[in-house]
Amino acid sequence: MTAAPNTAPLDRYRTMRRIRSFEERVGELFLKGESAGSMLHLSIGEEAVVGMTDAMRPGDTFTTHHRGHGIFIGRGGDPARMMAEIAGKADGYCGGKGGSMHIADRALGHLGANAIVGGGIPHVVGAGIAARNARSGALSVAFFGDGAMGQGILYEAMNMAALWRLPVIFCCINNQYGMGTRVDRSAGLPDFPGRARGFGLMAARADGAEVEAVHEAARDLAAAAREGRPGFLEIDAYRFHGHARMDKSPYRSPEEEAEGRRRDPLARARARLASAGMATPGDLDAIDAAAAAEMDAALAHAVAAEAPPLSAMFADVYAPGTPAPRPQAARLAAILSEGARA
Amino acid sequence: MTRTTYREAVRQALLDAMEADPAVILIGEEVGLYGGAYGVTKGLIDRFGPDRVIDAPISEPAIVGAAVGAAMTGLRPVAELMYVDFAGLAMDQLANQAAKSRFMFGGQIGVPMVLRTQGGTGRSAAAQHSQSLEAWVLHVPGLRLAMPATVNDAYHLLRQALAQPDPVVVIEHKGLYAEKGTLDVDAPDAPWGCPAVRRAGRDLTIVAYSRMVHEALAAAERLAQAGVEAEVIDLRCLNPMDERPLVDSLRRTGRAMVVTEAAVTGSVASEIAAMLSERCFDWLEEPVLRLGGEDIPIPVAPALERASIPSAALIHDAGLWLVTRRVPGWAA
Repeated sequence: MTAAPNTAPLDRYRTMRRIRSFEERVGELFLKGESAGSMLHLSIGEEAVVGMTDAMRPGDTFTTHHRGHGIFIGRGGDPARMMAEIAGKADGYCGGKGGSMHIADRALGHLGANAIVGGGIPHVVGAGIAARNARSGALSVAFFGDGAMGQGILYEAMNMAALWRLPVIFCCINNQYGMGTRVDRSAGLPDFPGRARGFGLMAARADGAEVEAVHEAARDLAAAAREGRPGFLEIDAYRFHGHARMDKSPYRSPEEEAEGRRRDPLARARARLASAGMATPGDLDAIDAAAAAEMDAALAHAVAAEAPPLSAMFADVYAPGTPAPRPQAARLAAILSEGARA
Repeated sequence: MTRTTYREAVRQALLDAMEADPAVILIGEEVGLYGGAYGVTKGLIDRFGPDRVIDAPISEPAIVGAAVGAAMTGLRPVAELMYVDFAGLAMDQLANQAAKSRFMFGGQIGVPMVLRTQGGTGRSAAAQHSQSLEAWVLHVPGLRLAMPATVNDAYHLLRQALAQPDPVVVIEHKGLYAEKGTLDVDAPDAPWGCPAVRRAGRDLTIVAYSRMVHEALAAAERLAQAGVEAEVIDLRCLNPMDERPLVDSLRRTGRAMVVTEAAVTGSVASEIAAMLSERCFDWLEEPVLRLGGEDIPIPVAPALERASIPSAALIHDAGLWLVTRRVPGWAA
């Protein structure tokens, strides 16, 4: 009996291509003037995060940073609803109230993207406590960038995870830049796994140009974390574009950018799949074309979708059935109409 | 009905809530083995074990952050901030995470957690352990806020907070833990979000909360000796808050003051005074007065500490002025 062919690397290539195509369309959305948020952070160059998301299972939870589109696609996010959310439309994941930096989907375990650097990291500690107490076997992963390595709350959270032996992974996608500040200008000793080991975590660094290397490290860390040995994974990548859409990266040289873009996880995966005989150039072209078509449709959907009604602004501040915020007009009406003595 | 202390009432609320719902967990500094800095959680770790009564390292941001994550994933955490003064450390997790998740995520992810803490003066704990920072919380949409003044409310506001689907901050008062009163676990003083009239009166309305309710009641007794009947209303909940009883009372009396222990500028008292002035303008016989703490850090010297916050004597003098326009000696 022959083993079933290992299609996972090809699937990971497909997911990475879908992420890249998605991000390219997000850029178009912005250029069309159709994105709701003025702040869009693309993860092009960081697609090997799929190696980590692929080591997760249904029922696992995660939080992301502000550059989290790719991570969510890796966990099954629907590009059309994501794009609609980025455009601030009613049928987006959050009804058009969160946008690019606050996408979440409870059903897929996405506990929320976060626009405060490091803000979502401690939530996985709580999710880890919940999973531990329920003995659910669920893993919770915090995704963040190298910028968050400067935030104290990361170290508090890593300490707690180690202390309480929680099923948690801290995944740092090191794209070399916190906004315009390169890692060597923000870290005294940029040995991030070393920092995590200092707290008692299992830790690894993986080459962010090689999705299979990331996956191998992630798989081992995930297995250990589910057993109560939490971990830290650094994905060593390069942010191909600026911090946000308007950022032309004047703080780094064209030579550095060219060098960084040579570490393209998609190009590497494509070459490896072809040389290993796992896919023909035609197969890969077909995957690329399908991704492009899917994301074109997501973009068209987002542009055509309806904006939320104005009344939506007062919903979800508090749970349904509990006192809602009083609209300003109602507050003033109480003064202007019944505020006069008869 | 039992006679007990404010401290024991809080402990009883935690114990009953944990018995009733295995999803309730406690997380905070010294909540387990030590039994709480003010003895509130004594013995709970023996009863419920370290998985549910979690002694945390001194990491306020991550304590609150872990509670947020636990609340998102099915638990009902009670995080403890040993002193409300430490809120500055944890404010991002409170104001940007707990408060905003439901809204930002389009109603998908609620954060049903309680943040228990305590504040206020009375123990010469000085500038970083004595503040009244409720205005910080009240200013953030998405956070509920309760501040018990009585033994019965120390129990019921916490139980009610634990039944809310959204984050609730409960600020106890360090000066009230040893106070005795009556606890009826079957009868809250009022429904969630409703103020309670602690003393009825026809001449003026005194609005207060937390420990200032007791100062206001003492002042009302002295005013009664002068023939002035003050109505004392305890807010109990600051969010949600039913304004109606306050408005109704002021429209009857025509005179009101709002009393807080917090530095008066930018305080909860300022907000409520503004609301009452807007809604009762035609009924007002006198301006709505605000009585609050001095706009200074809390000093450690006991006499200075006492003098920095409103006293029953001050409330009395202000009440007498509202009704008789008699200017107290210190203001002449």
